[in-house]
Amino acid sequence: MAAAIPLSLLVLLLLGPGGWCLAEHPRDSLREELVITPLPSGDVAATFQFRTRWDSELQREGVSHYRLFPKALGQLISKYSLRELHLSFTQGFWRTRYWGPPFLQAPSGAELWVWFQDTVTDVDKSWKELSNVLSGIFCASLNFIDSTNTVTPTASFKPLGLANDTDHYFLRYAVLPREVVCTENLTPWKKLLPCSSKAGLSVLLKADRLFHTSYHSQAVHIRPVCRNARCTSISWELRQTLSVVFDAFITGQGKKDWSLFRMFSRTLTEPCPLASESRVYVDITNYNQDNETLEVHPSPTTTYQDVILGTRKTYAIYDLLDSAMINNSRNLNIQLKWKRPPENGYIHYQPAQDRLQPHLLEMLIQLPANSVTKVSIQFERALLKWTEYTPDPNHGFYVRFPVSDGSNYFVRLYTEPLLVNLPTPDFSMPYNVICLTCTVVAVCYGSFYNLLTRTFHIEEPRTGGLAKRLANLIRRARGVPLL
Amino acid sequence: MAVTDSLSRAASTLAAVLLLSFGSVAASHIEDQAEQFFRSGHTNNWAVLVCTSRFWFNYRHVANTLSVYRSVKRLGIPDSHIVLMLADDMACNPRNPKPATVFSHKNMELNVYGDDVEVDYRSYEVTVENFLRVLTGRIPPSTPRSKRLLSDDRSNILIYMTGHGGNGFLKFQDSEEITNIELADAFEQMWQKRRYNELLFIIDTCQGASMYERFYSPNIMALASSQVGEDSLSHQPDPAIGVHLMDRYTFYVLEFLEEINPASQTNMNDLFQVCPKSLCVSTPGHRTDLFQRDPKNVLITDFFGSVRKVEITTETIKLQQDSEIMESSYKEDQMDEELMEPLKYAEQLPVAQIIHQKPKLKDWHPPGGFILGLWALIIMVFFKTYGIKHMKFIF
Repeated sequence: MAAAIPLSLLVLLLLGPGGWCLAEHPRDSLREELVITPLPSGDVAATFQFRTRWDSELQREGVSHYRLFPKALGQLISKYSLRELHLSFTQGFWRTRYWGPPFLQAPSGAELWVWFQDTVTDVDKSWKELSNVLSGIFCASLNFIDSTNTVTPTASFKPLGLANDTDHYFLRYAVLPREVVCTENLTPWKKLLPCSSKAGLSVLLKADRLFHTSYHSQAVHIRPVCRNARCTSISWELRQTLSVVFDAFITGQGKKDWSLFRMFSRTLTEPCPLASESRVYVDITNYNQDNETLEVHPSPTTTYQDVILGTRKTYAIYDLLDSAMINNSRNLNIQLKWKRPPENGYIHYQPAQDRLQPHLLEMLIQLPANSVTKVSIQFERALLKWTEYTPDPNHGFYVRFPVSDGSNYFVRLYTEPLLVNLPTPDFSMPYNVICLTCTVVAVCYGSFYNLLTRTFHIEEPRTGGLAKRLANLIRRARGVPLL
Repeated sequence: MAVTDSLSRAASTLAAVLLLSFGSVAASHIEDQAEQFFRSGHTNNWAVLVCTSRFWFNYRHVANTLSVYRSVKRLGIPDSHIVLMLADDMACNPRNPKPATVFSHKNMELNVYGDDVEVDYRSYEVTVENFLRVLTGRIPPSTPRSKRLLSDDRSNILIYMTGHGGNGFLKFQDSEEITNIELADAFEQMWQKRRYNELLFIIDTCQGASMYERFYSPNIMALASSQVGEDSLSHQPDPAIGVHLMDRYTFYVLEFLEEINPASQTNMNDLFQVCPKSLCVSTPGHRTDLFQRDPKNVLITDFFGSVRKVEITTETIKLQQDSEIMESSYKEDQMDEELMEPLKYAEQLPVAQIIHQKPKLKDWHPPGGFILGLWALIIMVFFKTYGIKHMKFIF
């Protein structure tokens, strides 16, 4: 009876304002996305993004009901009065020259930067405690962050979320370049996802494939965002991103074809039931300069075109929540095959064997007109034995020159030889060593030998008259024993 | 007379029957008590697994520790009760041809690194100081929970250490050592603070038996892979990876533990027989004189698993519904609409603002320490030489 009274009050309150029911209005939502981009160098980049958005005021400590937003991070925000948190773990370096500009940037190692609320009195103490707590959550050595590697930037690193005034006193930034990223960092990162690694796109996150890559970066970003168009209240956004670049030679055996199964050794089976959006975007912009076309299985139902990072790109969209997508087959394995015009190239390469045979490289390539083609070969310089040097090693060593044959009518062109200056050893050293050693041996050993084997006699001073001395002089001159 | 006789006979037979029944009940009760006495009195299990070696050629020490980690997790101890310390990263080492894996058997049969490993102390954090702080509980207050050994007096703790050792010491990361005396003192601190019920200490290093020679606290059982003066040897190398994958003692311990499941009744005597000299080349040793129970009554799962005693009850318990929480959570919704002025995002690169901002002056602190002492000395000497009357020229 006593419990029934507050319950009835609640019912009245619910029916009061317009009669909307608490249960039908979810306060948090999850959107998961995967973007697969073939890179100009032949590698494939896959970027995951899981966005959990929570319409709640976390400043007050009384929040205890967590649904999609992970409790570990929600408690951090309220306990340390965070405004923004950005933490990333990266292994490798994004090669912008070969791969183009990245979607998400992160430095190598671990990076942590945090904006605190204005209500925090001792920012340094909160920063130290926060880095310790995060080191426990993510199994990383973030507890090594202290005043020796923390800075307070004054102009860069503005808040990425909502901010009314930006007093940089409340910002702290630290980087640990020596930090290793491995499965033990991925495991707690996966545990923060609402569907963990059981359903949806997170099924593809298997450590043994994700770390066999040229670049691996995982990050956690928390920031306040606008809840509605008028932006009168805030909601919290947790963005978990993971970027990997698969090397074409390791995963694809040199071919540029890829499929989800070959990259992740898994296929997508079902969407995460807690997600409101679950999509895979595949970059199908044709690369026209090579005149190649590509083919995507299964064929995309929708495509999307936009200018991304400066260039016009086309994306094929696979929506996992679309029932037709998954119903056709029990699992979704997206495959991409490149169709190229028939091969008119030929390469023959015979590597060198030390002191046996030289390198041989023959290539048949088509050079476009009015263009410059550069062919570069890297070679290593090995050490020679001292007897193999020529008598004039300071002159340098010659690298034999390449030959190229020509076009409409047969022409053979030769290029200049290359003279390489190598560091020359000091050939006078054996002589110097022999001299020094012999001197030392003669002086030291000789002295000791004499001390040990010679016997010493004391000589009496000679007493004698002048005649005797004169006679001895003459005898000494003759070389005859003295008197 | 006959009635009283029969009555007394009935009474005596009744008394005899009752005595017999009481006697049998008492006997079974004593048996139960005796059995209870030999069972361990622990209620929770902890494990502290330490690998102390750095560098790629010490791959086998990390594989040793991870094998024990894997067995302990498989038999029920959760990650929150395991403190795993690995001094170097082998799985994602650039020299590892199979990243994110650590194998214990050659031909890559068993990946002991797994998919859900949680390493608590890694790389430079594995030091003698941190290890002793974990054991004794004297850690800085900001240490996260996963890095603490929160055991109590009813905890059975398994401590496994591996690395390079010698007679009386164990080397940590090529830069420091822990001696057997320090270890024994740490265990004594744990006993005095009642941080364990029973402790099993396993060490796989060269001359491992020297590390348990100095223990003097009760309820400790210790195993080592070799005696003083002997070396512990490694198992076969794997040509694909290029290093030795496991040490012999832990390899055979892992094979033994793979046969154990949470319900098995295997006892410690079987663990003592695990690696005879023919397989291990060194002679494994053990020490049980400080342990109160007989090793044949100690189950393997008392230390390696997390077997809880469950008492089943059939009575129903009513839970109270806390209506206060439901009301307060609803109040939250109404208060959220308070902010009326719109918020906006910060500009990422406000060039004009940056150029014109003044750099903040650092707070001025009065000089202290050496500088203060130096100036005081100079002023003292000046006034001693010239007298106080010259002060008027300064002020």
